[in-house]
Amino acid sequence: MLSRIAESLFWIGRYVERADGTARILDVHLERLNHLPTEERRSVARELLGVMGARPQSEDFGLEELLHALAYDKHSATSIAGSLGAARENARRARETVSSGLWESLNTTYYGLNQHRKDVVGTYRFCHWVLERTAMVSGLADTTVSHDDSWLFLALGRSLERADMTARMLSTRDVLSAGMSWVNMLRCAGAYESFLRTRRAAFGDQHAAEFLLLDRLFPRSIVYALSDADECLAKLDPSAQRVGFINDARRIVGQARTFLEFHRTDDLMSELPEHMERVQKAVAQTSDAISRKYFNQADELAWVGEVS
Amino acid sequence: MTMSDLFQDYSEAAGRTGAYDEMFAPGQRARQSYGQVAGALRELSLADVSARADSMARTFLDRGVTFDFAGEERPFPLDIVPRVIPADEWDVLERGVAQRVRALEAFLNDVYDKMTVVSDGVIPRQLITTSAHFHRAVHGFEPAGGVRVHISGIDVVRDAAGTFRVLEDNVRVPSGVSYVLENRRAMAKGLPEAFGQQLIRPVEEYPRRLLSALRKTAPSGVDDPTVVVLTPGVFNSAYFEHTLLAGLMGVELVEGRDLICRGNRVYMRTTAGEQRVDVIYKRIDDDFLDPLQFRSDSMLGCPGLVNAARAGGVTIANAVGNGVADDKLVYSYVPDLIRYYLGEEPVIANVDTFRLEEKEAREHVLDRLDELVVKPVDGSGGKGLVIGPDASKEELEALRKRVIADPRGWIAQPVLQLSTVPTLSGDKFGPRHVDLRPFAVNDGDDVWVLPGGLTRVALKEGSLIVNSSQGGGSKDTWVLAGSPQVPVERLPQQSVTVRERVSVWPVESNWRDRQSEQQQQQISDAQEVTANA
Repeated sequence: MLSRIAESLFWIGRYVERADGTARILDVHLERLNHLPTEERRSVARELLGVMGARPQSEDFGLEELLHALAYDKHSATSIAGSLGAARENARRARETVSSGLWESLNTTYYGLNQHRKDVVGTYRFCHWVLERTAMVSGLADTTVSHDDSWLFLALGRSLERADMTARMLSTRDVLSAGMSWVNMLRCAGAYESFLRTRRAAFGDQHAAEFLLLDRLFPRSIVYALSDADECLAKLDPSAQRVGFINDARRIVGQARTFLEFHRTDDLMSELPEHMERVQKAVAQTSDAISRKYFNQADELAWVGEVS
Repeated sequence: MTMSDLFQDYSEAAGRTGAYDEMFAPGQRARQSYGQVAGALRELSLADVSARADSMARTFLDRGVTFDFAGEERPFPLDIVPRVIPADEWDVLERGVAQRVRALEAFLNDVYDKMTVVSDGVIPRQLITTSAHFHRAVHGFEPAGGVRVHISGIDVVRDAAGTFRVLEDNVRVPSGVSYVLENRRAMAKGLPEAFGQQLIRPVEEYPRRLLSALRKTAPSGVDDPTVVVLTPGVFNSAYFEHTLLAGLMGVELVEGRDLICRGNRVYMRTTAGEQRVDVIYKRIDDDFLDPLQFRSDSMLGCPGLVNAARAGGVTIANAVGNGVADDKLVYSYVPDLIRYYLGEEPVIANVDTFRLEEKEAREHVLDRLDELVVKPVDGSGGKGLVIGPDASKEELEALRKRVIADPRGWIAQPVLQLSTVPTLSGDKFGPRHVDLRPFAVNDGDDVWVLPGGLTRVALKEGSLIVNSSQGGGSKDTWVLAGSPQVPVERLPQQSVTVRERVSVWPVESNWRDRQSEQQQQQISDAQEVTANA
């Protein structure tokens, strides 16, 4: 398939998952933020934005600006509206390859972005709506697209972004440690009921973090998402079956996953910031490696240019 | 439209009811505890309020927060104005509820044992033995774990003078706690401004407290007890609550047919064979629990449960036979029971109650039927209750005959003007009567009272009946923490610096692509939206 199409699909996967993750994080943190005194609210809003990977545009950064930056700003790929707009833009360029169901659901979502009140209460509804829409997009991608290479790129983007989002979510705990309970962390990931069923009477920060980081069966856990990504990469490049990996992406994902999975610790909480940082780094590096291998032969192009 | 419009005529309407208003002191001044709520409502227009009320109702429907009304699932109406209880008032309620639970626990232990309460002349034997819920089948043994009233709901009302009084005790299968949990979630999103900076005591720990109490009262010798919630099934009016509690505790929700008793132990049928069950949180009536002991036509229970409990092979929570303690005639003796068992004065008073078995009281009541409330002693959910002033002549005549035929079956109380809270009705707020059901969890050592409880509200103007089956709704109930000015914990940026940096990952390998990783997510203004990042 065309590199350009593959790239579009990969980014549809990433953006849709990013919108989903951001909506979850925003929804949970909004509740806490709302109860803070104005001054503290400002600094927390600022930090939260930092965790999500952006810098405030101006000195005067409060709750309203945070809502704009994370939910409604169409010009920033960090925001929900921006991500969904970019996902739609990618789908438009690959329109002949994506199913009409997938395209329409992305397009409808895009046009629905404006139909929400942008105050705090409206943003709750907005987040809820975004979760519904992204689930629908994701479901249509899974059920109306052949699970061939094109779908694999989409799924690859989705699982990488999911690992990244869960890592960011766990990092936000630091920002708001004053009021952020593990119950909220789990609700944020939609993992509350699943966690309760597996852990019975064992509650606590450590268990919750462990669940979201290491659980092998919960689809939003980091280890699960990384395994998913690894699987997609393996299917995309079946050549290296026997020894070693020639594919940087697989190496990075695999190392991160195996490190987490086989790592033994007595004090997960104090290591958490490092884990989160490294997971985010690994995702960024993998994404780069994938681009280099499959999407843009930038190096080669530069060389070709020299010749002509 | 502003708050003054929304609250137009409120004080007049409140004055007409003659009741204590929880939000406003006379003259429409908001009470101190309601300062934050009043401030938040002042900012809202009618359009805002109705939009939020709609959104909350829709959330409830989406989440399936419903009760069963005549075979139909209906969302439980949640009003947007919370009921706020200041710390000092809650302190009294909390002590009063815990005290009552301890007394009832002691009473039940005594009733199913030596009945010293009878031999000491505190309560007539006949009163106990004629109670429909006195079960001889569970006489003479202490339940495994030693607790009988694990979960209770003590209904409290406030009279016209603003004094809290206990209206009834529920120590069989008190329901409604699921709405407490759901209401708080909905309110946090429906009226976020009102939470402001005041500390409202959280309710989310209830399922954990409940699970830990249930596990603690497991039969002795069980290391890792398995707890289940026993439901009559999907057609029960409180089925939503059963699913929610089982889900939040992370335990199985079983029906009678999932259980099996063998050798005085209880097992559940699972895909991995039969698994031992140690604690059953029973959400069905005693009568249907065990066809060997009670109604033999019951399909909801499991034969052999009572014997298993007698043999100490399983803990049933609440214990079988608790109904004798929330019989409304026994209720009238509870202050005496508190003095008898605990040697304390009751913290919260009862509502004055006429025992119709006593000849003088009966005659007095029969003369004034049109002024009193008459209730069946074993009813719940407001069934069979007759409010004198609202009843027709024929109804009162029929009631008179029934009381004379069965005086043991009824009690009478004066009509209480339950306190009111502003409640959205059409395009403004009106005063509506409320009650309060605090929930208590008893693990054998300690009685924990969930801060707040379920505030039920009669949505019809002037109505005193708050039951959901009869047009009642609910309100989120906020208990303010100690001093309302406590600032939210401040941790000035220390979270990152205080923690020692530990490094456990291998040193980064030298990938080719180090250049851009730091900036991955940091989109500069110049970049177009369409550039993927």
